[in-house]
Amino acid sequence: MGKPSDLVQGILDLLILKTVSLEPKHGWAIAKRIQQISKEVLQVQQGSLYPALHRLKQQGWIRARWTETGRQTRFYSLTAAGRAQLGKERGSWSRLSTAINLVVEGA
Amino acid sequence: MRWVERFRMALMMLFHRPAATARLNDELEFHLEQQIAENIAHGLSPDEARSAALRAFGNPTLLRDQTISSWNLNWLETLVRNVRYGARTLTRSPGFALIAILVIALGIGATTSLFTIVNAVLFNPLPFRDPGKLVMLYEHFRASNGGNGFNVVSPADFRDWRAKTHGFQDMAAWRYYGFDLTGEHAELPEVVEAAGGSWNLFSVLGTQPAFGRTFSPEEDTPGGRHVVLLSWSLFQRRFGGNASVVGTQIRLDSTPYVIIGVLPRSFTYPDSQIELWVPYASTFTAEAFDAHDNHQSHVVARLRPGVSAAAATSEVSALQYQIHLANATKPVAEDARYRPMLEDVVQDVKTPLIVLLSAVGCMLLIACLNVSNLLVARSAARRKEVAVRGALGGGRLTLICEQLTESLLICFVGGMIGVFLSLLATRWLAGQWHDLPRAEAIHVDALVLVFAFGLVLLTALLAGLIPAISSTGTGVFAALQESSRSVGGSTSRAILRKGLLTVEIALTVILLVSAGLLFKSFLHLRTANLGCAMDHVLTMKYGLPEKQYDTRDKVIAFHESVLERIRRLPGVQAAGLVSTPPGGGWQGDEVFTIPERPTTSFQLQYDALNRTADPGYFAALQIPLLRGRVFTDQERLTRDHYVVISKKFADQFFAGDNPIGRHISVAWTGQVEPYEIIGVVGDTLWSVTDPVKATMYFPILSGLPEQTGDATIVAHTAGDPLALSIPIQQQISALDPSLPVYDILTIEQILGQATASQSFSATLVLAFAALSLLLAAIGLYGVLSYLVTQRIREIGIRIALGAQRGQVLQLVLLDGLRPVFIGLLIGLAGGAAGGALIRSILYGTSPLDPIVFVAMVGCLLLTAVASCIVPAVRASRIEPMSALRNE
Repeated sequence: MGKPSDLVQGILDLLILKTVSLEPKHGWAIAKRIQQISKEVLQVQQGSLYPALHRLKQQGWIRARWTETGRQTRFYSLTAAGRAQLGKERGSWSRLSTAINLVVEGA
Repeated sequence: MRWVERFRMALMMLFHRPAATARLNDELEFHLEQQIAENIAHGLSPDEARSAALRAFGNPTLLRDQTISSWNLNWLETLVRNVRYGARTLTRSPGFALIAILVIALGIGATTSLFTIVNAVLFNPLPFRDPGKLVMLYEHFRASNGGNGFNVVSPADFRDWRAKTHGFQDMAAWRYYGFDLTGEHAELPEVVEAAGGSWNLFSVLGTQPAFGRTFSPEEDTPGGRHVVLLSWSLFQRRFGGNASVVGTQIRLDSTPYVIIGVLPRSFTYPDSQIELWVPYASTFTAEAFDAHDNHQSHVVARLRPGVSAAAATSEVSALQYQIHLANATKPVAEDARYRPMLEDVVQDVKTPLIVLLSAVGCMLLIACLNVSNLLVARSAARRKEVAVRGALGGGRLTLICEQLTESLLICFVGGMIGVFLSLLATRWLAGQWHDLPRAEAIHVDALVLVFAFGLVLLTALLAGLIPAISSTGTGVFAALQESSRSVGGSTSRAILRKGLLTVEIALTVILLVSAGLLFKSFLHLRTANLGCAMDHVLTMKYGLPEKQYDTRDKVIAFHESVLERIRRLPGVQAAGLVSTPPGGGWQGDEVFTIPERPTTSFQLQYDALNRTADPGYFAALQIPLLRGRVFTDQERLTRDHYVVISKKFADQFFAGDNPIGRHISVAWTGQVEPYEIIGVVGDTLWSVTDPVKATMYFPILSGLPEQTGDATIVAHTAGDPLALSIPIQQQISALDPSLPVYDILTIEQILGQATASQSFSATLVLAFAALSLLLAAIGLYGVLSYLVTQRIREIGIRIALGAQRGQVLQLVLLDGLRPVFIGLLIGLAGGAAGGALIRSILYGTSPLDPIVFVAMVGCLLLTAVASCIVPAVRASRIEPMSALRNE
């Protein structure tokens, strides 16, 4: 797969938290959503997505629910702790991206 | 909250793993279905859609594993899996597992026990306040050639040191003493070991009495009030732990003493035999208290903050030199010396304990190497399996961990059993050691448990790492290529095993040689000739209190009636009286001069042990009369200026001359008087572990209460000597019911007591060595059997091509014995070095004793040949047809 889709772990966590913050989604929908919003630039590999989802769940930032709508699968949604974590990670991401922009564009 | 949630999650993941895995499968399946649906929507056929989705998805199994590895406590699962795997491998060969576990259990148990003892005795601080600041001070005679240069101190020297030097914060003194203890009305007589301590001793040590108080300065003066401090053990044993005894009276040597306090249970200094303490000054006559040449005291000093022990001692030493100059005619030392108090307490047991700990460590190492060796053999059998797993992507670390788990399991189970054994055995072990100082302080503490745990890990690593690393080595390809039909076998593995074996043999030889030396030394002591009759001799002590037996007549009357009554007892062939029987210790010595050969200064004065004896003593103990005669019954009371000397005395001081009729001038009674030498008798040993010392015997019938009140009955009996102990005691109590009798021992028992520690350490090291030999034999047998199995085809071909069976036998035997010979050479060098290290605890045995070396080498070679012969014979009986058809 192309380089742009290799996401750093922390960034993937941020993307997932942001994606499930609006409404509960299952894994496939999360990957699709990230892909759409980023205009097909960010391709989330399954090999990264599911370990990340399970890791976030262990951290207690997202919770998983089983839905009975047709085909049974797991829907992930944000917990209160996850919302706080999202705020924290957004803050640090914007600081980081601004800083990188300053360096890359400024010189 | 989040932590609770995470913990719940972790537990769920741990206990509901199958369900969680099923859900994960569902989830991934759903994802795949979504992808397929999307692909179909994009216009692909269902089959194409599925394969495209799978391509995008990657390896579902790997994805599942990756996800699972993000779950909590995954390491635990790996561990459980490894343990289960290891346990399964072990139970497949229960014999191996059992032997390995037993070997490790024994090694770890024994090492833990000895470490417990060594830690408690040698390293734990003494139970005093700030014990690191305590040192012991001694006198040092520059001319002294015997002893260790640390001479006990005279009371006058101690008092001058304390009064006139200021380098130490304080100094206190104590000395051994002994009493006949009775109740207030002379009831329940017994002999107790006691000590005299200066009034400040307990404050210098920082010990508070459990009840009452300690001595006051006024009580610690000659003629001070008679007071006594009880030890905790006497307080419990004789007074039932009743604190109201403080303030009441007991009688010591018939004199009433007031109990002023009880020492705490933890106070067992200088040893646990001391039952009571009296003021230091009260154990001396006024003259003796002022004497500079009367050595018996131990001085404890506490360092002043910021002043080094060396600096403070040099001040004392300077003062001592002045005292020496002022008393130039008397034996007064020139210098003072110090050593740390802990060192002082444990000096006699330090070397034996370290030797035992090293021996047991050696044995553990051998056990470790053996398990390692066995594991190498097993891993060799699994080499192909490991190689296949490595080729399929098994990480080397994973494989090493898996193999290590096996040795960890062995060592862990073995270690648990070992520590359990050691908990049971340590007390028993310490109890076997005669006179082990600080034995009461031995207990298992956190440090010991940490040590045992560390030992388990270390043995596991040591035993497991070599096989694990060697079997997962880089030669995966080679291992796979190496066909089962190859003839060379895995030579590198054989070299490794032989190397391990060589080390094992070398260690065994070192242990064997040390054990042999210790045992020979012990035998030498046990068969030592004390210089007197050794069989059928009973000894028994009593001491006449000077208060009742205050005149010569009374003392002589008692001694003579005792002897007369005992001699009349049926079964007694002869009886005599002596102050201290052979083997009974140093007890006392006196300096003397020979008037016929005057000397100028004290350094040229002579010194000999002094004993008192009755006319019948020498015949009763069969000490030969070499010249002249022994005492007669007429040489009694004031007609007592006669002396009998030992052969060593005659040789040392009258070399070549006839000593009979000569005189010696000695202050036996207090002032220097001449004594006529009337006879020379054979030498007796005062201690089996020490060389003969010149001895002089004074007549016990002089009856001087101070010099002759203490006596030992020696009775030569026809039958079992101990059977006479009750009749003899009855005769004594018929004469004086309040007189206690003590140390009822045969000469055999005296010898046994004196050599108990040597017997203990020799037996223990010998047991360790025998065990190590057995381990080495097992190891040797294992390696050779394995090599033969590996070479079955090769040997088959050799035989098919016409090799003689004898040649095959020789081939295999030599192959097995080569590491033995190399190990033997290394071990002999190590054994010689080890012998030199234990020289100080060897008696009458050279560290290079040829008999021991030859015997031990023979022992090892026999064992080696015995364990090699079976595989070698098996190799020579190989049938070429079946060997070649094999596989």
